[in-house]
Amino acid sequence: MSDQDPIHVRIEDVKKSYDGTEVLRGVTFDIVRGRINVVIGGSGAGKSVLTKQILRLEKPESGRIVVDGVDIVPLDDWKLVPIRKKFGMVFQFGALFDSLTCFDNVAFPLREHTKMSRREIHDRAMQRLTDLNVVKAAPMLPGQISGGMQKRVALARALVLEPEILVYDEPTSGLDPVSSRLVDDLIAETSSKFGVTSLVITHDMASVFKISHFVNMLYKGKIEESCTPDEILKSKNPVVVDFLRASGVKTD
Amino acid sequence: MPVEPPSVPKSPVVAWLVSVFDWLVAIPLQGLAEVGILGRLAWETFLWAIRPPYRVYRLLDAMEFIGVQSIAIVGLTGASVGSVFSLQLVDGFRQFGAENQTGSVIGVALARELAPVFAALMVSARAGSSIATELGSMRVSSQIDALTTMSVSPVQFLVVPRVIAGMLMVPVMALLFNLIGLAGAYAVAVNIDGLDGGVFLEKVRWFVDPTDLGQLAFKAVVFGFTLTLIACRQGFYATGGAEGVGRATNRAVVQSAVAILVLDYVITSTLFVG
Repeated sequence: MSDQDPIHVRIEDVKKSYDGTEVLRGVTFDIVRGRINVVIGGSGAGKSVLTKQILRLEKPESGRIVVDGVDIVPLDDWKLVPIRKKFGMVFQFGALFDSLTCFDNVAFPLREHTKMSRREIHDRAMQRLTDLNVVKAAPMLPGQISGGMQKRVALARALVLEPEILVYDEPTSGLDPVSSRLVDDLIAETSSKFGVTSLVITHDMASVFKISHFVNMLYKGKIEESCTPDEILKSKNPVVVDFLRASGVKTD
Repeated sequence: MPVEPPSVPKSPVVAWLVSVFDWLVAIPLQGLAEVGILGRLAWETFLWAIRPPYRVYRLLDAMEFIGVQSIAIVGLTGASVGSVFSLQLVDGFRQFGAENQTGSVIGVALARELAPVFAALMVSARAGSSIATELGSMRVSSQIDALTTMSVSPVQFLVVPRVIAGMLMVPVMALLFNLIGLAGAYAVAVNIDGLDGGVFLEKVRWFVDPTDLGQLAFKAVVFGFTLTLIACRQGFYATGGAEGVGRATNRAVVQSAVAILVLDYVITSTLFVG
């Protein structure tokens, strides 16, 4: 396997249960390199659980998660360190460190993982905040800025180590329509500008049709459909059709 | 196809007895599970403590929080316990003319028992509860997951400095408690009850030996480790939003207090008496 493989991450038959309840029942799909891959699904479909398995925050019971040719499921925490450095994660509510300023949040990964000087760290962190138009938030604590700005700072933090894969968990939830579209623009711009592979977990169909290259429909712990946004509109799968109709999307 | 045996309807009394039995069995099992979780966290803490990077600034922050910020409450408690203990002892000893022994009893009691136990309880109430709340809030707001995704071990970053700081600073707090407790006892015995100051100090010097201070230090290290580990465990694995964080904080304080009292008895009976 090499970096030229168009499949950046391959998820094969991943299963996960909690207290005997099967949440993921054999999830299989591919995350395509350099593209925006979206996973859609209703509440309780297993989207957040799937994210935790892909990032190996939790260990699946069975199945394979292959990142650049390496199956990460059997790896221990120590061996996961170089794999995790390939990922950047934007959490649903930002997950910024409350006790640090926005600047320190963005500088944190650089201080932990690089030997850059203070000046270099300062310049790189401020550059990312400037790229994302939140430079004014630099001296503020996360609690002092809006939800939209927190997401931008979280994205700046995720991007600062220049990851290969960016994972967004419900990036537009809790935002007004205007802010949601701004976040969509940001995801599309980040993907094209930095060439990162993106995985977006969402149930916001407006986002899906605006930014995605590939869509995967997760329903009751299984992928029901994997296709392009145009193809999903033509899907005859009743689960997909019902979901799209319930989301206000006109199907063919 | 296997044939299911017909189910026998249970009487309400039998059902009640079964539920009581389940409850009685669940209590020790939960206790064992808790010890297992603590043991695993302690082992992970040890492994991550010896691995680089060594974040000295995090350790100093934790020492300042657990130790320096506890000086006022530990000092106040020490002064209160020492002075009240002195009042009671002088009053009791006077009944058979032995009030000159006040210094010896207070000195030994403070060094062996009161200073390590009270200092640990006060640090647990102030810093342990705060640690559980902070880590619990970080857990439920995904900040601990964020650390993991950034390839930073949450145990190494959050737990290791706090546990080491607890082991270093609780003995300092216990020593402080001991000194302020003695000062409070001396002030009351000499200025209010009219004992001779020289005799009081001589009795302390005569009866309190280095073994007693060793007992103080050993117990305080164990208590510091225990209370910070319990607080970290409760916060680190908190679930259930704000309510869950509240429960975790509550459990951290109660479990720490019980553990300190039980360990005090076990250590005293096995290592220092008999």
